[in-house]
Amino acid sequence: MSAIYLFFLSLPFAPMLEPHLPALQVVVPLLAAPVCVLLRDAKLSWLWALIVTWISFAIALVLLGKTLSTGLIIYEMGNWPAPWGIEYRIDAANAVVLVIVTAIAAVTLPYAKASVEREVPRPRIYLFYLMYMLCMTGLLGITTTADAFNLFVFLEISSLSSYVLISLGQSRRALTASYRYLIMGTLGATFYIIGVGMMYMMTGSLNMADLATLLPAVDHTRTVLAAFAFVVVGLGLKVAMFPLHTWLPNAYAFAPSAVTVFLASTATKVAIYALLRLVFTVFGGTALFDTTGINLMLIILGIVGMFAGAFVAIFQNDVKRMLAFSSVSQVGYMVLGMGMATAAGVAGSIVHLFNHAVMKGVAFMAVGAMFYVIGSVKLNDLAGIGKRMPVTTAVFLVSGLSLIGTPLTVGFISKWQLVVAALDAGWWYIAAGILLSSLLAIAYVWRVVEVAYLKAPPEGSTGRTEAPLSMLVPMIVLAAATVWYGIDGNTTLDIATHAANALMQSVAGGRP
Amino acid sequence: MTPAEATAAAAAAGDLMILAILIPVIGAFAVLALGRWENARDAASLVTAICLFYVVTQFYPIVAAGGRPDVVLLDMVPGLPIRLTLEPLGMIFAGIASFLWILTTLYAIGYMRGHHEENQTRFFFFFAIAIASAIGVAMAGNMLTLFVFYEVLSVSTFPLVAHHGSEEAKRSGRVYLGILLSTSIGFLLFGMIWTWEIAGTLDFVPGGILEPEMLQGSMTAILLALYAFGIGKAALMPFHRWLPAAMVAPTPVSALLHAVAVVKAGVFSVLKVVVYIFGIDLVAVAQGTDFLLYVAAFTILAASLVAMRQNNLKLRLAYSTVSQLSYIVLGAMLANEMAATGSAMHIAMHAFAKITLFFCAGAIIVFAHKTDISDMKGLGRKMPVTFFCFFLASMSLIGLPPFGGMWSKWYLSLGAADADKMIFGAVLMLSSLLNIAYLMPVVLYGFFGKPETKADDGHHDADDKDGHGDDHHHAPPSHPLLRHLSFGRAGVADASVMCLLPIVLTSTGCILLFFYADKLRNFISPVFGG
Amino acid sequence: MQGIVDAFAPLYAMWQSFEAFMAGPGSPGLLGYWIVVVLMMTGFYIVIAHDNLVKKIVGLNVFQVSVFLFYILMAKVSGGTAPILADGIEKYANPLPHVLILTAIVVGVATTALGLALVVRIRNAYDTIEDDEIQAVEEEEDT
Repeated sequence: MSAIYLFFLSLPFAPMLEPHLPALQVVVPLLAAPVCVLLRDAKLSWLWALIVTWISFAIALVLLGKTLSTGLIIYEMGNWPAPWGIEYRIDAANAVVLVIVTAIAAVTLPYAKASVEREVPRPRIYLFYLMYMLCMTGLLGITTTADAFNLFVFLEISSLSSYVLISLGQSRRALTASYRYLIMGTLGATFYIIGVGMMYMMTGSLNMADLATLLPAVDHTRTVLAAFAFVVVGLGLKVAMFPLHTWLPNAYAFAPSAVTVFLASTATKVAIYALLRLVFTVFGGTALFDTTGINLMLIILGIVGMFAGAFVAIFQNDVKRMLAFSSVSQVGYMVLGMGMATAAGVAGSIVHLFNHAVMKGVAFMAVGAMFYVIGSVKLNDLAGIGKRMPVTTAVFLVSGLSLIGTPLTVGFISKWQLVVAALDAGWWYIAAGILLSSLLAIAYVWRVVEVAYLKAPPEGSTGRTEAPLSMLVPMIVLAAATVWYGIDGNTTLDIATHAANALMQSVAGGRP
Repeated sequence: MTPAEATAAAAAAGDLMILAILIPVIGAFAVLALGRWENARDAASLVTAICLFYVVTQFYPIVAAGGRPDVVLLDMVPGLPIRLTLEPLGMIFAGIASFLWILTTLYAIGYMRGHHEENQTRFFFFFAIAIASAIGVAMAGNMLTLFVFYEVLSVSTFPLVAHHGSEEAKRSGRVYLGILLSTSIGFLLFGMIWTWEIAGTLDFVPGGILEPEMLQGSMTAILLALYAFGIGKAALMPFHRWLPAAMVAPTPVSALLHAVAVVKAGVFSVLKVVVYIFGIDLVAVAQGTDFLLYVAAFTILAASLVAMRQNNLKLRLAYSTVSQLSYIVLGAMLANEMAATGSAMHIAMHAFAKITLFFCAGAIIVFAHKTDISDMKGLGRKMPVTFFCFFLASMSLIGLPPFGGMWSKWYLSLGAADADKMIFGAVLMLSSLLNIAYLMPVVLYGFFGKPETKADDGHHDADDKDGHGDDHHHAPPSHPLLRHLSFGRAGVADASVMCLLPIVLTSTGCILLFFYADKLRNFISPVFGG
Repeated sequence: MQGIVDAFAPLYAMWQSFEAFMAGPGSPGLLGYWIVVVLMMTGFYIVIAHDNLVKKIVGLNVFQVSVFLFYILMAKVSGGTAPILADGIEKYANPLPHVLILTAIVVGVATTALGLALVVRIRNAYDTIEDDEIQAVEEEEDT
């Protein structure tokens, strides 16, 4: 990673750009998005979005390299010093999230081209890419900003654009799914600003680092307690933390395939990161952290989510919806890791953030490709798909095994880290819970595998028809990543541990 | 080879182990690439099998002289690498698996063609992957590596079990994978991570990595139970259901995987855990581990009783396997040198005997279209070689001289005596009687039973699910020699040479093991010496 | 006109005593915050309880407006004027929350616009904007 940073420094234009990279990360896609309106053409705007996302990806990699070699990066917007101005802070934790978001965005775009042309009316395609870039902007903004209110603004940018993206789905149910998400999402975001407002009332600051130092003095007040509750619930909605997950399954199931891939891999992850940041760095130093029993609450909600999501997934007949419920379950793992409130647990959360983004991206891509070819992802229509689309189905199998947590896939690494963290803290029953819930994953993954491989294809199906290469290659790249980082879990776990330590610095009593 | 030379050779042999695992993987992809050309594809399988066996034999002199080839690959999680190490137990397992793979491949080619199976390319592909993972289990240098290959083995054998794709195959596949994955993720992984928490390492170290002071109270027993039940492939009751379920698979799969690779990977893992993770001394003194002995003893007897009630030959053999596997678990849990030696030897003895029995069962299915024992009356006169070999293997399983099976039972009984738990010696004796009761009727029916005349006019064609009519069992003795052996006598129509050759070789193996048991014992003894 | 004011006088007096009671001795009035809470809960209730999709949006607006009010209230400084710098003005309200809430208003408008646009599309697709009817249709589709 630091090699990438050094390479960047050797470029001729580096000295000019280098200090402004944190801003450029957000500003480039933000300014690039409206250009689509000028381009109008579907192909041109796709190409434009492709260039922009890959530039963003490059910036994110350089930033990660920089944080890993030089530590925290602080960027003051418009040179206004904090706490008056808005500050961007990049440490190991959010640099990882930046890389996840931009990498998924960059890999999804080549995939999106064919899929979007099939699923979105041609005259509206340029708007799709516009919204796609705006959504990415919002997600990147949430991740980089160190200002609590600025976070709200980016949260809404990403949310509004994702409502639009979801509503572009073919089925009319995409509209209702989008509408319900809009209602829930707005409630969540509004809850969040209520919380921020209360914190501002008590401290007069919106800067997260500043808040972290000011809050402990007033943490006995009811206002701060309420602020804490509003922030956790508001962000919990965005995270799709059980029982606030109800918007997620339909939104993922009816959105266009490319949108599902992108949102499933990034949106909840960024929200998790925001929650981690607020809970640990802003409220981490306050007594609230202990008195409210927030960690126990998160653990319980995480475990219930893990089981409930996986259990409901077993009974779904629409594979996209099944995977969406599986996401609810997987979010449970991340919430659980967070609830452990130890460096190892948070590292488990963060590594699962990355791992789940990769494996769920693969799964939704494969399902999207099946939809592209046979026009349905109902379980009954997938009979014999293993023969008709061998590559796609094999890729799906890889991600399915990863969801179960079999070794040699990233899912195993996440589970390993979470179980080790639970045993470290002496909670053997949580460790057992984590392992038991993966058994439920066997059930829903295997339902698909049986239909795909052991059922004969329907009469009159036309031999072997794979999705176009532009969809297959991104899928295979991510599947390869699923396996590669499943074998070499050291790299990701190492970065996740760095990230967890960065987040946990201010937690009361310097928890290990 | 002197010990010093062995150490030097072992250092050089590290990369060879990676090769040993890669050969079947490469072979698998060769099979996939050659899928269209049947002969070339099957030749590729065979060549791969021979190459693998050749490579595995290269390790024998090194390990016998005390060398321990070792190679550390990349870290999978911090501080815990993928590591390959070869020691005598693994050498035995790898040697048996790779040798029997050659014979099974020969047999499978004959069987699959004779039975007109579909998806043969897929079959041979996953077959090779399964062997690669079995070799991986044998050569695992730490628990994590063992677990990884163990899981790959479970998943890669699923397509083999569910090969036919029928409702029954699917159901069995579900049971198979469900139990194996559930136990391994629910118990084994849990036990493994717990061990990692306590000991800080998962390497296989002679004498074990767990020390008595690390474990308080009943923790040893709980941890050991997590391993014993978590290794579902050892088929300890109540997690044995997958093994009978897997019998829907084509017979070569039952033969190799469910008599050798898969189940042996299970008991081998149990043995390895007891010897190298706990250390036999710890297990011997630990409180509360006795109940596992009783579970194993119960499994031995109960599975034998169930086997007696099975009319389907393959099912009967499956329950017999469940019972025999628990011999090995019992030996491991008795935790003394004699018993553990008996366990390790029984891996080899049972492998040869059981694979012979399955080969015979398969030959009977393909060439006489019989699956039920009650239909086999008089069949022995038609297929004398097959039934004679079946008889030899049965004798070995029962534990009579001059067959290998005698020695393992001998050492197991000595182990029970050493541990002052003679009740388990009695269990072993009782189980031998039960073995006679469920194996001998097959032979007696075959040679001395009167064929029911009705049986020949085709009502049993229901067993012949494929319904192909071209090579019926009333095939005339004038068949070409390569197809059927006839001995020039009317009414004799034994299996094809492709099938008979492996059968004869493995049953000869049962006898040879009786005479070379001493060598085997000496080879194993360093494991418990340290 | 005066008659109406007089009619409400007892009610207002009751409210004043209630407010004084809630605020406790010597603290600034909390009336504004009570209004915020009532508005917030009203809006929230409408969002949850109404099946009409447009009414849900209205409820959402009420809910958001309560938050705007909340921010503006917290900016108030006792005795301060509007935050316009001019001669002789020493005390003025905190302008930062005002600025913040301008942003939030923009977000609110965007949300409302998008929500209403979705309702129009839903009406075209389902021929109804009643949530219970839509759900019935969707459940039928599922089975």
